[in-house]
Formats: sequence, structure tokens, C-alpha cells
Amino acid sequence: MAGKNKVKKTAQARNEFIWGWLFVLPTMIGLIVLNIYPIIDTIRQSFYKTGDFGIGDKFVGLDNYVKMLTDGEIWQALLNTFKYAIVEVPFSIAIALVLAVLLNRKMKGRSVYRAIFFLPMVCAPAAVAMVWRWLYNSEFGLLNHIFHTDIKWVSNPKTAVYCIAVIGVWSIIGYNMVLFLAGLQEVPHDYYEAASIDGASGVRQFFSITIPLISPTIFFVCVTRVIGGLQVFDLIYMVMERGNPALEKTQSLVYLFYDASFVEKNMGYGSTIVVFLLVVIMILTVFQMIAQKKWVYYN
Amino acid sequence: METRKKIMSVVIHVVLILVSITMLVPFAWMILTAFKTVSESTQVNPFVIFPKEWQWENFTTVINNMNFFMLYKNTLLMIFFRIVAAVLTATLAGYALGRLNFKGKGLAFGLVLFQMMVPAQIFIIPQYLMITKLNLANTIFALVFPGLVTAFGTFLLRQAYMGLPKDLEEAARLDGCNIGQTFLFIMAPLTRSSMVALGIFTAVFAFKDLMWPMIINTDKNMLVLSSALAKMQGQYASKYPELMAASLIACLPMIIIYLLFQKQFIEGIATSGGKL
Repeated sequence: MAGKNKVKKTAQARNEFIWGWLFVLPTMIGLIVLNIYPIIDTIRQSFYKTGDFGIGDKFVGLDNYVKMLTDGEIWQALLNTFKYAIVEVPFSIAIALVLAVLLNRKMKGRSVYRAIFFLPMVCAPAAVAMVWRWLYNSEFGLLNHIFHTDIKWVSNPKTAVYCIAVIGVWSIIGYNMVLFLAGLQEVPHDYYEAASIDGASGVRQFFSITIPLISPTIFFVCVTRVIGGLQVFDLIYMVMERGNPALEKTQSLVYLFYDASFVEKNMGYGSTIVVFLLVVIMILTVFQMIAQKKWVYYN
Repeated sequence: METRKKIMSVVIHVVLILVSITMLVPFAWMILTAFKTVSESTQVNPFVIFPKEWQWENFTTVINNMNFFMLYKNTLLMIFFRIVAAVLTATLAGYALGRLNFKGKGLAFGLVLFQMMVPAQIFIIPQYLMITKLNLANTIFALVFPGLVTAFGTFLLRQAYMGLPKDLEEAARLDGCNIGQTFLFIMAPLTRSSMVALGIFTAVFAFKDLMWPMIINTDKNMLVLSSALAKMQGQYASKYPELMAASLIACLPMIIIYLLFQKQFIEGIATSGGKL
């Protein structure tokens, strides 16, 4: 009897092995071809100088890295990317959180508000950037007209990157809000009732109940938004035309990567930039992972 | 107490309405500009808010010049094949990783997690070189290529399968189903909502993607909506009414689908985005 059971068990294990690999095989092949090999190849290429027309790559050791790290452009781009993220991430998270809390109740028009806030998510960034560029237009734009100002929003090197970050905030609020609304569903209602009976105000409840209880969601949104913010490209590419005097002070790391790889066709150098981006993102993510122990509550 | 509650409710609505206006003004301005003449759009004294005559010609001009029918077709095909590929591969792999025990599973799942942690730009140059070396640039396949498999979708479906009760499989096995049949007839249908979520997620992000379609398909007959808009901006420079008309035409189908299936869209994005 025991022997028969064992045979059955090994047959079952073999079955699961065969079916399991059969099922994961397409994804594994795809991941290896589309992602694993490309990572290795990108790192390899970062040590090469790309020949004309992409042939005759020449090994140059650390030259690309030396060139990149001694070139002011990359540090400026890193600074621009940080400036963008420092506006986009906190504002999009804070506003989205407040909106989610306001909408997390039975009320008239709830789904209409939610639908409106989420609307930019389903639009192509190319179109979003174009309309904002038009709003920002210093001569004929709506913004200068409404505020009776004469501001060169996106061609002033001092302000351009922040103006682009505002577009980023506007675009992503709805997405963050929906994630927060999902997180808020998990917070038991009686916590608020108990707090109300104890006389805690709405603001107090927000900081002492809501924030701690959905801190895992906030943390998750933070990590993904920082990563997303550091990868900003579409908005900058679409808003800043070549020749815009503020371009140098707005171009992000991914913009520089695109420019080097596909405009100047120097893929070796482009690879170096994207490896740099990878390192920056990894450092910041590890940092956030460590910092979360101080403020994220898991029950 | 009652009046205080009422005041609070009014304040909340005022805040929400103000934010709504901020969210809608760019869309309104896009629509209003799309119907103006170029000279109306650049008139400042007085500033023109509403067009004197609604210029439908702006739409016919850009539809003809940019061949929007073809752009829709290319975009739709890209989205369709990406959804099929993503849902199919992720469902299979998600089931294996979520419900089966086999040697090498940890390694396979590790690969999935690893891919999710790396910024996507790091794949682009080698993917570009593969496609161009195979002479497949300027095809629908090239547009679909980076989305043939999805680590994120695999993760999402794995979570869905892990949430299903264990006894379902036992019952199926006792009834004589093999693993393939159990998956196909019993388990897969139960993850339908996750499949829909992944499909919506895939569609929205394929539609929004700019860099990949822009670099891989440069032939003007193989552009998609987003890359065509980017190209158009360079050509039309300051003809904003036509640029706005084109933006509107490009975004409208997705907006209409979104408004019709709002609940599925938002829930799909919330469940998939939240489980990442």
C-alpha cells in the first residue's frame, strides 16, 4: 500500500514537473530573449564604441564611463530628473491621497469625480504634452491670459522642468488616487467611529488612522512613482522642442539616453547612460526599502 | 451637528469641483482650439475663448493628411496582439507558478521578479538591434515584440491563482482531469477578472507607449497614434488648431471606451497596479 502511494506521488510530481515547465516555458523563453539577454548585452555594449551604421563596434574599456562621468551633461540631466521627481512624486501622492480620502464615503457624484480625475490616464502622453505646451505658450497660451501674466513657462531654464513636472502631477493623480481608494477599502470603518466618539477631528483621524493604516499602499505608490518619475521622457520630449533655450536644464536621463542611442546613433554611449540610470534607481529603491522600516506599518 | 455635517459636505464638494475643473480645463481647451482658425487661436486682443465659427475643416484636414484610418488600424493591431500574447503567456505561467510544484519553479519566479525591478529602457537597444537585424522594423510584429511576454502580468495572474481554493483542483483530479484539463476547464475560467484587468492594463500602456513605436517604426505607413502625434508636432509647428484636432481624434476612441467601461477600467487598473 505504502509503495503504491509512493509510486502515485512520484508520478504526480513528474506530472507537475512536465506541465509546470510546459506552462512557464513560453514566458521563460520570452523573458530570456526580451529581457535577460538585453540586460547583458546593454552592459556589454556600454564598454564598446559603436561603429558607423552600427557595425564594427570597438572595445574601449571604461572610456564611455569616464566620458559620461566627466561630462557635465549627465550630472545636469541627473539634477533635472531629480528636480522633476521631487515635484511630481510628493505632490501627486499628497493630492491623490487627500482626494481618495474625500471620495472614500457614500456621496453624490462620487463616480463622476473619480472618472474625471482618472481621465488623463487613458490619454496618450503625446497629446497631453501637446495641449499643455499650448496652455503654457507664452504669447497665446491660456495660462498667461487667465493669470494676466507674461511668463515664459517652458522656455525659461529656471522654471521649465517644474512646469513639466506639473503636467506629470496632473497626469498621474487619478492613477495614484485609484490605488489609494483600493487601499482605503481595507481600513475597518469602526476605527473611525471609535475615533469620532473619542472626539478626534477629521484631520486628526487622517493622520492617526488613515495614514498609518494605508502606509503599505503609500509605500508601494512611493516606490513605483519614484521609479516612474526617474524614467520621465515623453513629456520632456514632446514639450521641449530642439532649440528651446531651456532644453539643457530640462533633459532627463532617459532623454539623454534616447538622444545618444537613436539620434546620434551611439548605442555604446547610450548603453552607458542607461546602466547609470539602473544604478541610480537601484540605489534609491534600496534606500526606500531601508527607510520604510521607520514609517510603514504592516499588521 | 447636522448643520456642521452639511457644511462639511459642501466644502468637500467645492474642493472636488475645483479639482475637477483643473482636470478638465486642458481637455476643454483642446476641444475649443481644435475648432478655431489659426488666426483665432493666436489672437490676444481680444483673447478668443469660443470660436466664432466651429471649424470642422481642421478635422478633415488632419484626417486626410495623417491617414488616421491607418493609424487606428496599426494601433489597434498592436494593442490586440499585445493583449492576446500577454494574457495567454501570463495565464499559463501564472498557473504553473501559483498552483504547481516543480523543480526550478523558484528560479523561474525569480526571473519574473527580477524583470519587474529593472527599468524598461535597459532592454530597448538590444531589442531594437534584434528587430532591425531580422529586417522586421516597420511591421506590426515589431510593435508587439517587447510585449510578447509580461513579467508583471505573470505576477498578477500568479496572485489570482494563489487566491483560489485548493479543493477545486482535488475534485477535478478525482474526477480524472489531468493538469492541463484542470487548468483549462476549472481554474482558468475563475481568473477571468484578472485576465480582463491585465488586458485593460496592457491596452492602456501599449496605447500610451511612445519611445518604442517611435524608434522601431519610422515608415509613415507603420506609425501608431502616439508616434504620429510626435511626428506631426515637428511638422505643424504652431498650427495649434490642427495639432489639437489630431490629439482629439487620437485620444477620443480610448476616452469613449473608458467612459463606457469605466468601472472595469478603474478596477482593472486598481487591482493590477496595486498588486504589482
